[in-house]
Amino acid sequence: MDSAGDRKAVGARFIAPAPLRMDIFLQQLINGLVLGSVYALVALGYTMVYGILELINFAHGEITMIGAMVSLAVISALVGTGVDMPGVLIALTGVLTAVPVCMALGYGIERVAYRPLRHAPRLAPLITAIGVSIVLQNGAMLIWGRQYIPFPPILPTGAHDIGGATISDVQIFIVMLSMSLMAALMLLVQKTKLGRAMRATAQSPQVASLMGVNVNNVISATFMLGSALAAVAGVMVSAYYGLAHYYMGFLLGLKAFSAAVLGGIGNLAGAMLGGLLLGVIESLGAGYIGDLTGGFLGSHYQDVFAFFVLILVLVFRPSGLLGERVVDRA
Amino acid sequence: MVAFTLHWSRFKHDHRAAWMAFIALGIVLAALPFLVDAGLGRAWVRVLNFTLLYVMLALGLNIVVGFAGLLDLGYIAFYAVGAYVYALLSSPHFGLHLPFWVTLPLGALVAAFFGVLLGAPTLRLRGDYLAIVTLGFGEIIRIFLNNLNAPVNITNGPQGVNLIDPLRFGEFSLNQTQTLLGMTFTGGTLLYYVFLAFTLLIIFVCMRLQDSRIGRAWIAIREDEVAASAMGINTRNIKLLAFAMGASFAGLSGGLFAGFQGFVSPESFNLLESIMILCMIVLGGMGNLPGVILGAVLLTVLPEALRYIGELERVLFGRVVVEPSDLRMLIFGLALVAMMIVRPEGLLPSKQRAREFKADDGVLDQERASVYDK
Repeated sequence: MDSAGDRKAVGARFIAPAPLRMDIFLQQLINGLVLGSVYALVALGYTMVYGILELINFAHGEITMIGAMVSLAVISALVGTGVDMPGVLIALTGVLTAVPVCMALGYGIERVAYRPLRHAPRLAPLITAIGVSIVLQNGAMLIWGRQYIPFPPILPTGAHDIGGATISDVQIFIVMLSMSLMAALMLLVQKTKLGRAMRATAQSPQVASLMGVNVNNVISATFMLGSALAAVAGVMVSAYYGLAHYYMGFLLGLKAFSAAVLGGIGNLAGAMLGGLLLGVIESLGAGYIGDLTGGFLGSHYQDVFAFFVLILVLVFRPSGLLGERVVDRA
Repeated sequence: MVAFTLHWSRFKHDHRAAWMAFIALGIVLAALPFLVDAGLGRAWVRVLNFTLLYVMLALGLNIVVGFAGLLDLGYIAFYAVGAYVYALLSSPHFGLHLPFWVTLPLGALVAAFFGVLLGAPTLRLRGDYLAIVTLGFGEIIRIFLNNLNAPVNITNGPQGVNLIDPLRFGEFSLNQTQTLLGMTFTGGTLLYYVFLAFTLLIIFVCMRLQDSRIGRAWIAIREDEVAASAMGINTRNIKLLAFAMGASFAGLSGGLFAGFQGFVSPESFNLLESIMILCMIVLGGMGNLPGVILGAVLLTVLPEALRYIGELERVLFGRVVVEPSDLRMLIFGLALVAMMIVRPEGLLPSKQRAREFKADDGVLDQERASVYDK
């Protein structure tokens, strides 16, 4: 009798329009912020390159993938040899190997595929970028195979309770690390000589070179910085989802690029804001789309939601949220 | 390539030579499926048919990107729309079996409608912003096709639609071997002629459009939208027309694809396909019809030809070192990069674009009036 009443209550909760539950909302928000900070890191790479070269570096998502793959290879090898090292230290070793590899890769890609085409029309480097990402994807598939590669369980698994929602140690670590990396990048761009050279090149390559800035070096540095951030983001994603795959860079890159456009491409703060927003929108959208449409659309429309918001923002504010208003140049 | 252009200009003055070349080309095109079947095998007739489908797609995208200068990265969505219209209206899925002369035009029409649907809100966007919105649109269409199987089953979700009717006149199916006038035609060969007819029709339409008032308006918008509207061009309508026109070609091609394949699923319409078609027109020479056709043929045939790498490996190393299916796309990507670096203007650029390339030696990007200016 008692249990039947319980079942009725449970049934009723599903039928009645669900009231906004604070703990679930908070959980979605946390998940969104964690995902968003990874998007922001990758988006920074897109936006820095675009700011200087006006080029969509389509291969950037694949650099993220390579970062994840290289660090996973190192981590798995270390775990396999049974070295007595704390898990965090092993993960750190993985990251520290992936970063230089990705930086070298970013430098190489710019030298080989983009620099010869710097004065060609904009579609030509777009095609080489696509070619490079096909090469990277299939190269990774040749090296690491088609299967999903699991992330060894070496990281702490602690979790904390905030107002009914849980946040894991890994999540906290991801947010903290990406925030500090973004702060470091802001400092670099605003305070150092290299940063000033980057800003000058973004405004006008000719004038910057007249002022003694070595534009080629600045562009190489930009690619390397973006790739380093992408490598870290790649490790974060694989640690968060617990796996890596040769195809993972594609959708991640696409969303990060959307985030960069959302915030206003070419604008660093915009990329961070766009990344965080996209993460939150996606997470909340996927969580509540079922309620909003009366159960017609489910959470597998997550990606639609992200793109839909992107289209709306662009239609009503074509330069992105923080982007400068672009005057039509005739 | 140079020889080709030289001969071409001679044809314009020598009508007899032009007709002879025309007839020779006709004979080659008519005999092609038999030659391919005999020389390379049945599988290559299929490749030939796909080549024609891609030529149609590339010509359609060329209207949007090459003529009107609107960078579209979600073009495959219109192909998907055409394919699904055909698939849903002539398959056991809904129990409808409409003939192709209803479903094909309907597919083109619905695709054109979707083209306007995409074009209308994005009229103000340019360059990379337009690219990302069209990309998002393409993904949205694919995700909807993938998920519209619940709560009401419309597209049958990831499984796709199966057992689609072939193209047929009454009882005469074009997907089977038939004997006509004492000659045996395989299904692939019969379809080849249908596809060829549609391709020639589209080429004809494109040629007529190119120098028409509309075509010149498109090119004017590509070169300078503000100046074009100052000259009295209704840029809104002309841009929407470009979207609708390009989309309708893709819709038609998609319908043919569904009838040819007998099966459609959302998997066939991913972003890589859109990018592939864009590569075809950039590689071949944007805005120039022979270039676009050449690009489409090359990029369809090249990945297929790369399947023979296994044979090459056996000759070189005595055994298959790396699976050819794994190596194929890697080489394709490298080829794409190499070709673009060697010839960024495309293999057969239009005269105008070739001039632009010669003109801007040493001029920095920002000063140059780029085709895709912000």
